[in-house]
Amino acid sequence: MDALILQALNGLASASSLFLVASGLTVIFGVSRIVNFAHGSLYMLGAYLGWTLVTRFAGGGAPGPLGFWGGVLLAALAVGLIGVAIEVLLLRRLYRAPELFPLLATFGVVLIVQDLALWAWGPQDLLGPRAPGLHGAVELPLLGLRFPRYELFLIALGPVVLGLLWLLFRRTRFGLLIRAATEDREMVGALGVDQRALFTGVFFLGAVLAGLAGALQLPRESVNLHMDLAVIVEAFVVVVVGGLGSLGGAFLAALLIGELHAFGILVFPRITLVLVFLVMAVVLVLRPHGLAGAAPAAVPPGAPGAAEPVIRPAPLALRRFALAVFALACALPSVLGDYALSVFADFAVFVLFAMSLHLLMGPGGMASFGHAAYFGIGAYAAALLAHHLAAPMAAGIALAPLAAGLAGLAFGWFCVRLSGVYAAMLTLAFAQIAWSVAFQWVEVTGGDNGILGVWPDAWARDRRVFAWLALALSAGGTLLLLRAIHAPFGYALRALRDSAPRAAAIGIPALTVRWLAFAFAAGLAGLAGALFAYGKGSVFPTLLAIPRSVDALLMVLLGGVRTVTGPIWGALAYAGLSEQLVRATDHWRLLLGLAIVALVLFFPEGLAGAARRWWEARESDGRR
Amino acid sequence: MDSGLLARRSLLRRSAAAVAVAAAAPLAAPAIARAQAAAGGAAGPIRIGEINSYTAIPAFLQPYRNAWLMAQDEVNAQGGIHGRRLETVFRDDAGRPEDAVRHAGELVNVERVHLLAGAFLSNVGLALSDFANQHRRLFVASEPLTDALVWSRGNRFTFRLRPSTYMQCAMLVEEAAKLPARRWAIVAPNYEYGQSAARWFKELLARARPDVQFVAEQYPALGRIDAGATVQALAGANPEAIFNVTFAQDLTNFVRQGNTRGLFERRHVVSLLTGEPEYLLPLGDEAPEGWIVTGYPYADLDNPRHNAFREAYRRRFNEEPRCGSVVGYDTVTAIATMLRRTGGATGTDAMIEAMRGLRFPTAFGTAEVEFRAIDHQSTLGAFVGKTALRDGRGVMVDWRYADGAKYLPPDEVVRQMRPQSAS
Repeated sequence: MDALILQALNGLASASSLFLVASGLTVIFGVSRIVNFAHGSLYMLGAYLGWTLVTRFAGGGAPGPLGFWGGVLLAALAVGLIGVAIEVLLLRRLYRAPELFPLLATFGVVLIVQDLALWAWGPQDLLGPRAPGLHGAVELPLLGLRFPRYELFLIALGPVVLGLLWLLFRRTRFGLLIRAATEDREMVGALGVDQRALFTGVFFLGAVLAGLAGALQLPRESVNLHMDLAVIVEAFVVVVVGGLGSLGGAFLAALLIGELHAFGILVFPRITLVLVFLVMAVVLVLRPHGLAGAAPAAVPPGAPGAAEPVIRPAPLALRRFALAVFALACALPSVLGDYALSVFADFAVFVLFAMSLHLLMGPGGMASFGHAAYFGIGAYAAALLAHHLAAPMAAGIALAPLAAGLAGLAFGWFCVRLSGVYAAMLTLAFAQIAWSVAFQWVEVTGGDNGILGVWPDAWARDRRVFAWLALALSAGGTLLLLRAIHAPFGYALRALRDSAPRAAAIGIPALTVRWLAFAFAAGLAGLAGALFAYGKGSVFPTLLAIPRSVDALLMVLLGGVRTVTGPIWGALAYAGLSEQLVRATDHWRLLLGLAIVALVLFFPEGLAGAARRWWEARESDGRR
Repeated sequence: MDSGLLARRSLLRRSAAAVAVAAAAPLAAPAIARAQAAAGGAAGPIRIGEINSYTAIPAFLQPYRNAWLMAQDEVNAQGGIHGRRLETVFRDDAGRPEDAVRHAGELVNVERVHLLAGAFLSNVGLALSDFANQHRRLFVASEPLTDALVWSRGNRFTFRLRPSTYMQCAMLVEEAAKLPARRWAIVAPNYEYGQSAARWFKELLARARPDVQFVAEQYPALGRIDAGATVQALAGANPEAIFNVTFAQDLTNFVRQGNTRGLFERRHVVSLLTGEPEYLLPLGDEAPEGWIVTGYPYADLDNPRHNAFREAYRRRFNEEPRCGSVVGYDTVTAIATMLRRTGGATGTDAMIEAMRGLRFPTAFGTAEVEFRAIDHQSTLGAFVGKTALRDGRGVMVDWRYADGAKYLPPDEVVRQMRPQSAS
C-alpha cells in the first residue's frame, strides 16, 4: 500500500513538470495553430540557461547572487524573449502559409539550437544544484512515508500554475483576447485588435512556461543535449490527449500520463516505451478531440484560406520538362561512380516515400506524423522474408507493399475518422506502436540490433543495376500516384478535402475514399522501404522511428504541399542538402537548420510552389 | 565549457602544425623507405574511414576524436608507416545505422579509404560489420559493446577493441559474488546492451552463487528514465544489492533520485561503466560512494606509458583524458601496429592476417593487448574498483586492472557461438 501511495505521488510530480511544458504548447497552438516543434528546444534552453544563471555567477558551486529562484525565473524570462525572437523573425511571416508549414520552420530552429547548445555548454551532462530549502526528503504527515521535498513542491506547483493561467485567461483583457482569438482569429482582427502583438504575447507566454519547466528540472535531473526531443513528443501527447488548446484538458492528460508512467513500470517494466502511445491511441479512438477538446466549428465552404489551387493536367512545357528530367535520370546511372549510384538509389527511394505521403497531405488533406511506420513495415517485411525464409528479392519487393498496405488498412481505419492534428497524432501513435514491436520483439526482428544481410539477389547486386531498379520502381510508383490524383478517385479525395459536406451531398463515401487513399499511400511507402532495405543491406527500428517520419514531412513541405510534383523536388533538395552538409562539416545541424529556415522564409509555398508562381507570373506577363 | 572551445582552437593550431610536419615527413624520411614505397606503387597516405555518432553522443566521442588525432599525429611525426602518412576521414552517422552504411559506401568508393573503423552504438557497429563483410573490407570496431559483433554475427572482416558486454559483466560478477547479498535488483536501459548485460549478469552470478535471487528488474527507455518512479519501484522490492546498467543522463538522474530517496543506503551497488569519467564526473559531489564499477581511474593510474599519454592529452586539449580518449588512441595504435606488420601493405587480406593475433600497447600502460585470432576480440581490459568522493567529485579507488583475456568464455564455447564462415 505504501509503495502504491509513493508511486502515485511520483506520478503527480512528473505530471506537474509535464503540464508546465504542455501548457505552453497548448496555449501557442490554441491561438496561432502552429505546431511548435521547437517547444522542446525552449525547454532545453530553459534548463541550460537556468544552470548558467544559478551556478555561474558565483564560484565554487555555491548559488550565484541571483540565488536559485532568481536564476530560475530569469532563465524563464530569457527563454520567453528567445520565443519572441523566433516569433517575430520567423513564424510571423508564415501565418498565411499552408497549415503545418511552420512545423518545417520550427524544425529548423530545433537543429540550430541543438548545435548552438553543444557549442555553448559542451557535450558533458550538467548537474544543477538542489533547490535551497527543499533538500532531501520529508516525513509525510499521517502516512509516515518519506518523500522528497522538491517533488512535493512540484506537485503543488502544477495546480498553482493552472490557477494562475486560469486567472490570466478569465480575469484580464489579454486573456479575453486570447480566448477570442482561439475561437475566431479573423473576427478578432476585424474588431481592430492588433493580432501581431497578441500573437507575440502568446508566444512569449508559451516560451516562458517552457523555459520555467526546463529550469525547474535542475534539482531533479541532469541538463543534457537530448532533453529537447525527449520532452517534445511527450508534451504533444499530453496536449492532444487533453484536447488542443485546452488547459484543463492538458492538466488532466498530464495527470493521466504521469500516473501511467509511475504505475506502468510496476506492472509492465518493459513496455514503458510505448505505454503512452497506446493510451493516446485509445483516447483518440474513443474521443476524437481529446479528453476536453471541442470539435472545431465547421469551416464554411468557400471561407478564405480553405480553397486550394485546383489541380489541372500539367502544362505542356512542364510535361516536356518532366520527360527531360526522367530521361536524364535514366541516363545518369551509366556514368555515376559506385557511391553516387547508392546515393542515386537512396534519392529514388526518398522521392517515392515523399510522394506517397503527399497523397495524404496534399490531395487527401490529412497530415501524418507517422508515415515511417509503413516505410519501416515494408523494409521489415522484405528483411524478414529474406532472413527467415531466404526469399528472393523479387518476393520481398512484391510482398512489402502488401504488408505495408495491410498495416495501412488497419491503422488507417482509425486515423481517417479523425481530423487535423488529432489524426496526425494518431498516426504517430500507431507508428510508435509499430516501432516498439520492431524494437522489442527481439526473437523475430532482432530488436535494435536489426536484421543484417538483406542484400539484393545476384542479378541486382551490381550498383548500377540496382540504381536502375530503384529508379524504375520509384518512377512507377510515382506515376501510379499521379494517375490516382488525376483519376475520379483523386477528384473525390480532393472534393472531401475542400468541402466535406458538399462532397457527402453528392454521394462520395468520405471514410471509404480516405481509407483507401491511406492504404494506397502506405503500400507505396512500403515499396520504398523494401528498396531501402535492399540498398542498405540491413534494417533497424530507426527506419520506423519518429525522425524518419519527420524527414518525410519535411520533404513534402519543402517541395510544396499544394503542388503535385513538389515532393520530388523537396525530397531531392532535403536529402541532397543533408548528404552534402554531413560530409562537409561537423556543424551540419546548424547549417541544415539555417538552410531550412532560409528556404521557409524565401519559399513559403515550397520549392515547386515558388516555381509555379514564377511560371504563372511569366505566363500572364506574356499574355499581356 | 570554455575548455571545449580552447581545445578546438588549439586543435586547429596543432593540426595545422601536424599537417606541416606530415607534409614534410616524406621528404625527411629515409630514401630507402621512399624507394620501397615507390616500388610498392603506393606512396600516398594510408587512409582510414572513421564513422561514429558524433552529434548523437558528443560526451564520449569528442574526447575520442581528440585522442584519435593525437595518436595519428604521433604516428606521422615518427615518419608514418614506412614513409606513408596516416590519414583519417571522419563521418557522423547521427546515431542512424542506415546513414552509417551510406557513409561507409562513400568512404570506400569516393574517399578510397583502405579500411573502416569506429562506431559507438551496437547497431551501427553491426551494420558496418555487415557492410564490411559484403564489400570485403577490414572494419576495426572501436567501441560498440554488443557480443553479437564478434560472436553470433561475427565475420572475417570485423575486429573489436573494447571489452564486450559479456567481459565487463564477468569482471563485475567476480566481485558481486563475494558480496553477502542474496536479494538482487537490476536496472538496465531497454535496448540490446541493457538487456544482454542484465542477462549475462544474472546467468553468471547464478552460476557463481546459486543462492541469489533477483527480486526486481526495471528497464527504463534509454535516455528517458522516469527516475523517481524507477527508484521507488526498486526500493519497493527491498533488495540487498542492485546491479545498474544505466549510463549518461539516465545514470545521473537515477543517482540523484536514488540519493534523495535513500535507495543506496545500506545497499550494495554493482554498476557497469560508471567508473568511466564520462559518466562519473557529471555527477559532481553527488557521485555515489562504495559502488563496485568498471571504469578508468585516469587521475591515479600511474605508469610511464599512461602518464605520457595523459600529459600529452592535457597539454594539447587542456582537459583530462576520458575513457573515450583511450579508446580512440588505442584504435589508432592498433591500426598503426597492424600496418607496420603488413609492411605498409593495405590489401584487405594482408591487413586481416596482420590483425589476427596482433599485439599492441594500450594507453592504459598495462600489459600488451592482443586481437584474438579465434574471434577477433581484443583482450583490452577495464579497471574494476570502487567509487569514492575526493575534492567534491567522484573517483575510483581500490581499483585493479582486469585483463580482458581472463574474462572470455572457453575457446570451444566461442567457436560454437561464432558462425563457421567467420573463421
